[in-house]
Amino acid sequence: MSPGPAQALAEGFPDLSGLAVARRMRWGRWTAALLIVLALLALARAFANGQIEWSYVGRFLTVPAILDGIINTVVMAVAAMALGIVLGVVVAIMRLSPNPVLRAVAGGYTWLFRGTPVILQLLLWFNLALVFPVIGVPGLWSGRAVDLMTPFLSALLGLGINQGAYTSEVMRAGMLSVDVGQYEAAQAIGMSHLRALRRIILPQAMRVVIPPLGNEFISMVKMTSLASVIQYPEVLHSAENIYYANSRVIELLIVAGIWYLAVVSALTPLQMLLERRFARGLTGNSG
Amino acid sequence: MIQPFVAIRNVSKAFGKFQALQNVSLDVQAGQVLCLIGASGSGKTTLLRCVNQLVRIDRGGIWLDGDLLGMRVQNGRLHVLNDAEIARQRLSTGMVFQRFNLFPHMTALQNVAEGPVQVQRRKAGEVKAEALELLARVGLADKAANYPSQLSGGQQQRVAIARALAMRPKLMLFDEPTSALDPELVGEVLAVMKELARSHMTMIVVTHELGFAREVADRVVYMDAGRIVEEGPPGQVLSAPNEARTKAFLSAVLA
Ligand SMILES: Nc1ncnc2c1ncn2[C@@H]1O[C@H](COP(=O)(O)OP(=O)(O)O)[C@@H](O)[C@H]1O
Ligand SMILES: [Mg+2]
Repeated sequence: MSPGPAQALAEGFPDLSGLAVARRMRWGRWTAALLIVLALLALARAFANGQIEWSYVGRFLTVPAILDGIINTVVMAVAAMALGIVLGVVVAIMRLSPNPVLRAVAGGYTWLFRGTPVILQLLLWFNLALVFPVIGVPGLWSGRAVDLMTPFLSALLGLGINQGAYTSEVMRAGMLSVDVGQYEAAQAIGMSHLRALRRIILPQAMRVVIPPLGNEFISMVKMTSLASVIQYPEVLHSAENIYYANSRVIELLIVAGIWYLAVVSALTPLQMLLERRFARGLTGNSG
Repeated sequence: MIQPFVAIRNVSKAFGKFQALQNVSLDVQAGQVLCLIGASGSGKTTLLRCVNQLVRIDRGGIWLDGDLLGMRVQNGRLHVLNDAEIARQRLSTGMVFQRFNLFPHMTALQNVAEGPVQVQRRKAGEVKAEALELLARVGLADKAANYPSQLSGGQQQRVAIARALAMRPKLMLFDEPTSALDPELVGEVLAVMKELARSHMTMIVVTHELGFAREVADRVVYMDAGRIVEEGPPGQVLSAPNEARTKAFLSAVLA
């Protein structure tokens, strides 16, 4: 049985150790690359010959109205996403709570805001004055809804609360992905339910939820364009205002498109940084 | 007879229709080591989890150092304690799990210091010094900055023991602490547990390591189908059991 040094090897198998490995021709890759280059050339030709004044695109890319617009877009995306994440975490914790009332409220919130279009929610917030002319805390403070529900606040509430409904589902999935043994170990050292979630479960869930949240943030950057319908001066709104005046519709839409692409591209390295931060200890060699 | 440190009386627990514990009664004296043995599914883990209140018992009572766990008798009725009161009672027991359950996003030191700082609100500096001492006690002084993923199974389990000890528990519960380990790593964990037993920690240990039970246990309990079948000093239960089921189990384990 035991293969000792005296074992005889069968003949007829040549020694391959001296031969070099030949390069493989990857025909599929070459064909695909060629087709794509052709398609791009055709597209470039179409745009070059089309009715686009590229000089306008360059000129309007950095005019103050557009720059203000993109700043407003980024501010709204960050603020609404922050509100969405706070709401999402709270609602996810409620949905996983042992208290049936909290669970039902959280479920109802998700159902309501996921079930209606964002643009409808934005219009409702903006027109809140039609339902509640005066809003406030009785005896403490009150104000006219028309003054209060500015485009900024309406957009923030509309986008943020809608985002919270989606984020809560992402957070819940992340929390459920953490091994129950973690929760038990936290309980065993005397942690309360909430402290165990905050110190042990959520930090581990973060690693799982950052990629989908990055996705959600990218959607949010683009979703802010819906706020143009309630007069929030984000970049698409600025572009529209300019082309109403000078009729350079396509050029200004391209300007807005370039800016959206720029902002979204800047998010990717940011996401990678966050992912690395929350992967601490979870890969073999991180320090 | 002196008051037992842990008194388990007529405890029953069912999961749905399945009776996991039936009328279990048991005493553990202060400073003693009790080893629980029995086939898989006999209710050993469930019993430990009842003592640590990770599972709520259906009937009976468990007293730890004179305190009734999880309930209060008031006006002739039993009132279930709230979560905060149960969390406070858990502070006096430490638990070591079969699968370690270290917090993977924290270093060994942070794992050990987490409970004392976050739950017991002790001063971070003082806790850190004590946590380093505990890590040294389990032989891991040089691994304080390592994450669990950078430690072997045996090292992880020793950190888990240090984490439990950091809460200064009066009772330590071990649920098959070596059964997830490669054979060559079992010894280092058992050595830590033996040292703990010598320092007169009260311990309940679920284990299949009969050598450990023989050497360290003051009493051995054999469980089957949610009941205690036999209990006594290790020399008797492990070497000359009275019950046929115990004999059958022992010969299966030793085979
Ligand atoms: N949470 C639970 N839900 C349903 N059944 C359970 C649960 N925990 C344990 N059991 C059942 O109770 C029995 C005893 O389990 P356990 O205490 O883990 O046994 P042991 O630790 O002795 O192997 C097993 O049949 C197991 O399937
Ligand atoms: Mg078990």
